Amino acid sequence: METQTAVASKATTKKTVHISGAEAVIKCLLEEGVDLLYGYPGGAIMPIYDELYKYQDKLQHVLTRHEQGATHSAQGFARVTGKVGVAMATSGPGATNLITGIADAQIDSTPMVCITGQVWKHLLGSDAFQETDIIGISTPVTKWNYQITDASEIPEVMAKAFYIARSGRPGPVLIDITKNAQVETFDYEYKKCTSVRSYKAKPTVDVNQVKAAAKLINAAKKPMIVFGQGVILGEAEVEFIAFIEKAGIPSAWTILGLSALPTDHPLNVGMVGMHGNYGPNKLTNECDVLIAIGMRFDDRVTGNLESYAKQAKVIHFEIDPAEIDKNVKTDVAVLGDVKDTLAQILSMVDSNTHTDWHQKFKDHDKTEYDKVIKDDLYPTKDGLTMGEVLKEINIASKGDAVIVSDVGQHQMVACRYAKFNQSKSNVTSGGLGTMGFALPAAIGAKMGVPQREVVAIIGDGGYQMTIQELGTIFQTKVPVKIVVLNNEFLGMVRQWQQLFFDKRYASTELINPDFVAIAKGYHINAKKVTKREDLAEAVEEMMTSKDAYFLEVAVEKEGNVFPMIPTGASVSDIRLS
Amino acid sequence: MEEERIYTISVYTENNIGLLNRLSAIFLKRHINIESMTVSKSEIEEVHRFTFVVNISEEQARKIIGQIEKQIEVIRAFYHTDDEVVYQESALFKISTKHLYDEEIQDKLKFRRANIITITEHYFVIEASGSKDDIDKLYDRLKPYGLMQFVRSGRIAISRPKMAISELLQEFN
Repeated sequence: METQTAVASKATTKKTVHISGAEAVIKCLLEEGVDLLYGYPGGAIMPIYDELYKYQDKLQHVLTRHEQGATHSAQGFARVTGKVGVAMATSGPGATNLITGIADAQIDSTPMVCITGQVWKHLLGSDAFQETDIIGISTPVTKWNYQITDASEIPEVMAKAFYIARSGRPGPVLIDITKNAQVETFDYEYKKCTSVRSYKAKPTVDVNQVKAAAKLINAAKKPMIVFGQGVILGEAEVEFIAFIEKAGIPSAWTILGLSALPTDHPLNVGMVGMHGNYGPNKLTNECDVLIAIGMRFDDRVTGNLESYAKQAKVIHFEIDPAEIDKNVKTDVAVLGDVKDTLAQILSMVDSNTHTDWHQKFKDHDKTEYDKVIKDDLYPTKDGLTMGEVLKEINIASKGDAVIVSDVGQHQMVACRYAKFNQSKSNVTSGGLGTMGFALPAAIGAKMGVPQREVVAIIGDGGYQMTIQELGTIFQTKVPVKIVVLNNEFLGMVRQWQQLFFDKRYASTELINPDFVAIAKGYHINAKKVTKREDLAEAVEEMMTSKDAYFLEVAVEKEGNVFPMIPTGASVSDIRLS
Repeated sequence: MEEERIYTISVYTENNIGLLNRLSAIFLKRHINIESMTVSKSEIEEVHRFTFVVNISEEQARKIIGQIEKQIEVIRAFYHTDDEVVYQESALFKISTKHLYDEEIQDKLKFRRANIITITEHYFVIEASGSKDDIDKLYDRLKPYGLMQFVRSGRIAISRPKMAISELLQEFN
């Protein structure tokens, strides 16, 4: 291989040490600032685990109960800290179990480095015990991957792995290390990677494009922003707020953009997409300039592309050139890191308030409140709603908690109603929609920001996909708060069956175990709430608990999430019931 | 749906095990059949070149290029129509020696820019190069003699417009 890794200019002279490949892996992790990783040992990675044992005062390894849990924990850690999450597994099934988390990190642009053990180099291709072609398997779902078969490759490849995972549009990198490369000794020396020939992390900003965008924005009468996770990944929250406040533009978010702008900010007009808010969806098809910032026009955001914002000029601020015109044709593409491009455009845009236009959002908000939100948050009928649970959590958290949600109805409700005061606070599986994500992701999130409250909100379906991670919580004593909204259904699928399949509830009803007993089996404080009058107190008890806490809330069985844009419909055809 | 046509996709890359998988996965994910593929070194030291031929719409071609260029070890990718490239394919035909002195066969070979490159007691081998159509026509004409073996290479192509790889490599660093 020809790795043309450039070397940091002021490389300090370091003494070369003669060590094993396994020890080199640990030293590389320490050089990259890693002090916490998630994983599961096994035959082909034992030399590295042996070194972890020796370095345990510097590098904490969290033993998850399944390798998938290790990836989601690493993702949760990465999403709240902005650092690279690290997961480790053995060859064969250990490696294949990482794939769901890697695919999730790829589609949600989460920086992650996965290290897998591999059989000895001389056994490659011999169908050896626990041999699998993890490079081949992970190729379509990694930003980069590489198989190390010689110890001397370790420092350069590890440096490159971290650089690629965190730079530009972040993503997962998998490094597969054959066992001989772990046990061989060599002269180790570490140099950080600062560039890779053939890889341009950030496109060069074309100031003319920034000017063209400013010109369109200044001429707009009804501009609207849709922002995504790019604002968070680019750590451009300050630049973003300065820009929208000066230009006075109503700003809506994708679920991964959530928390980049405080929920209560006057220019925050809510969520776009399938279960987003009424106003921003409706007005997408009324605005005259649509400004997309660090988002990728996912089909769950746009609905039918044939009738998506056709009347509007589209400006796209984006770091990844492959996203331009991928789904929605843009009039002005502003390539670059949004931290740079938003800072540049600030002086070019005129101050504005767009008061009348903003009023339209408020009018739609009122409609949505009357028809949907009021009954979600302040129900009068029997049966607890998911919305009122979120309302109680908001009261207790005051908007300062990290909310980790799984996938399904509860996820949409959590994203719609959770309050956030600060960025990097909403952790959810957006693009891949990975059920089972939340419980392990919450573990990683809490370890990433131990000073903050971390609340996992999970459905009864997804919870049982990674429920074994309760063992990790028990063993590490990580004080996460777990809320299971139990409707005894795979609720989102059931909702579709109700609306589009004449209520044929094929395999969506769940006969559930005693979740409280299971949590208690892991010595986790647990409570179940079935009545409205007990809810506030139970949430308060959970939130003030010093230890991990499990709260099950029996919610109404056949509640639906509205508003909703049916598949294939236009954003302006959003339904309120 | 935009009209589909033949595009030659040229990809300049680092030389790395696994990159072929990474590139072919991009076509696979979009359910695009690769008509032909060739890998070779390029005009630049240590830079390799993949040449794919695919039948797709221009919009697909543009998006595919975006996805290919996103791969870490890809330096740059280009797409061209047949008018924009000079291209060739090579083919080998193995035929029984009993037809060697057949006058008709000799005439056909002259006409088609084909050469006999090996003659043995039992068989001879004809090499031909040209466009896919040229080779298809020669194939049809030689088929009656009983092809003992036939093989055709993937397309190799040189673009008429410039592909400024050396300059790009400067810019990366």
